Parts: sequence; structure tokens; C-alpha cells
Amino acid sequence: MMNNKKILLSGNEAIARGAIQAGCGFYAGYPITPQNELIGYMSNHLRDSGGVFIQAESELAAINMVYGAAASGARAMTSSSSPGISLMQEGISYIAGSALPAVIVNIMRGGPGLGNIAPAQSDYFQATRGGGHGDYRLIVLAPDSVQEAYDLTREAFYLSDKYRVPAMILGDGVLGQMMEPVELSVKKAKMGDKSGWCLSGCQGRQPHVVKSFFLREGELEKFNLKLQKVYRRIEEKEARCEEMFLAGAEIILVAYGTMARIAKSVIMRLRNEGKKIGLIRPVSLWPFPREAFRAAGRNTEYLVLEMSYGQMLEDVRLAVAGRRKIEFLGRSGGGILSEGEIIDKIRSLIRKPGGRK
Amino acid sequence: MTERIIIAGSGGQGVMLLGKVLVQAAMLGGKQITWFPAYGPEVRGGTSHCMVVVSDQEIGSPYIGQADTLIILNRPSLEKFKSRLKAGGLLILNSSLAGFKGAKGLKILQFPFTDIAMNLGNIKVANMVALGCFVAAKKIIDPDNVLEVFKSMAPAGNLKILEINRQALKEGENLNHG
Repeated sequence: MMNNKKILLSGNEAIARGAIQAGCGFYAGYPITPQNELIGYMSNHLRDSGGVFIQAESELAAINMVYGAAASGARAMTSSSSPGISLMQEGISYIAGSALPAVIVNIMRGGPGLGNIAPAQSDYFQATRGGGHGDYRLIVLAPDSVQEAYDLTREAFYLSDKYRVPAMILGDGVLGQMMEPVELSVKKAKMGDKSGWCLSGCQGRQPHVVKSFFLREGELEKFNLKLQKVYRRIEEKEARCEEMFLAGAEIILVAYGTMARIAKSVIMRLRNEGKKIGLIRPVSLWPFPREAFRAAGRNTEYLVLEMSYGQMLEDVRLAVAGRRKIEFLGRSGGGILSEGEIIDKIRSLIRKPGGRK
Repeated sequence: MTERIIIAGSGGQGVMLLGKVLVQAAMLGGKQITWFPAYGPEVRGGTSHCMVVVSDQEIGSPYIGQADTLIILNRPSLEKFKSRLKAGGLLILNSSLAGFKGAKGLKILQFPFTDIAMNLGNIKVANMVALGCFVAAKKIIDPDNVLEVFKSMAPAGNLKILEINRQALKEGENLNHG
């Protein structure tokens, strides 16, 4: 029998299992649709692997518990959906400002405000620009399948530990709720050495200090420059994306997460008709995979597809820097672009080559 | 081959489970699958649904606009989803709880799944009678693989549950599929 190594999991469960497999030792969260299966799985299973689970009294409490656990050296994680992630921004800024690793999962729903519980991708700005105050960045990874949700969660813990920068998994309601076959890893988690900075009891050594408060003149600027150096290194080394059919492509679709799956179906249909359509799927949203946008031919156009009204679009503009035409198609607030809507748009672009501003 | 199926009924009729058994049996047959549930405030007595895609190829959207097949277990679900069946599509309908006069260009299989389940002694297996009907009508899933899934899901040692689900599936397969 084929596929007999794979099991059926929802995206939310896969993220939880990926986290536990990566050695997550602490989880705190507060329920919110559409990510409840994640906190649900953690409440049932994290203890079995020796971890600590806490259902916090609020999102603020959850992120600050994660702050504390991360300071003490644990692989720490929380998860929520859009409105809950907004509530966590202060804590995330403090975690970044204390140079601590942590993993934050946002299974996005419709906004702004309380919005609705339908899938959306409208928290891209918040995730990639730093939703809290200060000059900080999150490593942001965006899976487009349940398998990748599992794999990238593990990756998020490793990257976060490696750079001491908090990492975010950015999914949406479709990815969280959908079930797909997943092949689980049997590899043992590699735990890095945090003894040089974590708060583990200072008997017999100098105390470590974890803080995001630098009042003495020049001290904060120095710390910020250190952070910036780390961010540049991450930009150099950790940008990742999936590329399909870029050579000779006349139109390159740019989409991430759930939207990229729909884009892939469109590409398969149109390539069967001989249309030269390619895809760039950013897997890391920060760092944004800018290099992928350098290879396009002279007459190539980009079509950015999002479940928002144009947020990643700005990063595509920055990467393309005016050298190519960029079109946009997006729906949000619960609307998901269908294959038909995308194909109509592509056909209208093909019909009038060079005829647009 | 890509088959897009919307399965809908009343909360409590086991439409989520029907979808999960279907996709796991398809997985065992080497197919690609996605299963996507309604995750709003569904309650027992209201409508509930899941969207299932089975394919030989990588699956794009798990969300279904127009379905190849509807499996409908009660009347409110029929009202909600009948416009979502594509021309030439298959409607599998639980005639114990809903009726549908033939519409042009649709294939309709109406059988009293709930009554059949009650005759077997457990109203809860109406969903598996409907699954049997689908398995026999569409032939993209091997019934033996459905039985494998039953075995993996049934509580250990509870042969009675396994047996009645097996019977329900068989009853559904044996219905006249024209």
C-alpha cells in the first residue's frame, strides 16, 4: 500500500506535533478560532514529552509567559489568530528587544478588528514589519501545505535559537483547518547550548541579565546595531522560496501559503494550454526572497495574488524596483480568489501585451 | 482524475467522519487528498459540512466552489448546497430526510440512508450507508480500503461497532445505482 507511512493531520495539529518534535518545552496560549486544534493538541500531549502547557488567562499573559520561559532557556511557543496576535505585540517587541528565541504561530482570520473567523492573509504587514514598537524583525515562515506546516515549525525553532530572534509561522484558516497526509520525522531534536546567557540559577557564576531596557547613553544604539547585524546575516542566509517554470515565463505569479496552492492549480491548467506562466512562492516572508525576482526576462510581468488588498505586493515592488510591470489581484475579509478569477485576470493580461500602464 | 465532494448534513449525523473515512481510504489507494471542514459555530441540529478533494495530482484549493458530487443527509443542507453542484454532477441524497425532484443534467441517487441504518439497528451509521453508495457509484475508492480505515478507527476489541459499520457500507454499495 502506498502512503502507509503518512497520517492524516490538520494544519493546526501538524504545527503542534512539529513543535513537540522540535523539543518545545513550554507552550502558553489562549483559545481562538481558527487555531483551537493547536492549543487543544498541546493541552493533550505536551506533558507526555516533558513539556509544560498553560492555558493562560489572556493573550497578554500567554506571550509574557513565553518571554519568561524563553529567558530561562526553554524552547517556548504560543499560538493565536489575528486579533489575539495583535494583543501580543508588546510582548513580542520585548522578546525581540531581549534577543530571545521564541516561536509565535498566527493562523490568520479576517480583519480588521474582531473581523470574522474566515481565512485571510491580511496580517502580512504586521508579521513582516514588526507589529510592535522598535527596530526589530521576526523570521516569518509561511507554509502552503500541512506537511510544510509540520516541517517549517521545526525549522522555526532551529532558526529562532540560532539567531536569538523570535520566529513566526504565518498560516491562515484554510491551512489550520485542512487535513492532509503528513510524514512525521523520527529525527531527534537538536538542542543548542543556551548556558552562556539563559537564566538558569547563578550559583557559582556571574548572574546573567535578560532585559530590553538600556538607559545609559549610547547603550541602546549599540544593542540596536548588534540586532541589525544579525538581521543582515539572516537576510543573506535564510531567504527561501519555491520557484516553478521561471525560465521563459511571460507572467510570473507571486503568492504564498494557501493562495500559492490555488496559483499552482492555475499554472497547471494554463501550461496545458501552452501559456508560459511561472510561480514564485516566498516561503520566508521575512527575509523576503528578493533574489528570485532578478532572473525574469525583459518582457516578464508579475501578478501578485493575495488574500488581502495588497500587502506582500509592497515587498514585490521593493524587490523588482521598477524594472518590471507588476499587477495585483486580491480578495480579503473571507473571500478567497478562485482559479477562475485568476485565469480571467491572466487572460486579460495576455490579450493586451504592453497595453497597460 | 480530480473529484470534488461536498458532504453536508445535520450536526450529529457524522458528516465530518464520513469525509475523514473517505479521504483515508483514498490515501490508502495512493490518492492525493484534502479534507476541509466548516469550522464556524456548527451545532447539533444545525447544518454542518466538509469539503473533500481526491485526486491523482497535487491538489490546489481544498475549498470547493462547484462540486462534482454532493452527499447530502438532510433538507437544510440540500437547500444550502444544491446550487453548488456542477452540471452533470452527482447528487447522493438521504431520502429519509429530504426529497428532490429531478433536475436536468444531474445524476441523482436518492435512498433512505437513515431508515436503512435504523433497520440495521443503529441510526448513527446512516453516514456509512451513504459512503457505501458513493463508493459503488464513483468507483474511485476500493471498499476494502474503507474496511481498513474502519479497523484503524474502531475502538480496540469493539467488534460490534466494526461489524455494523461494515454492514452499513455493504448496504450502501448494494443499492441500485442505475
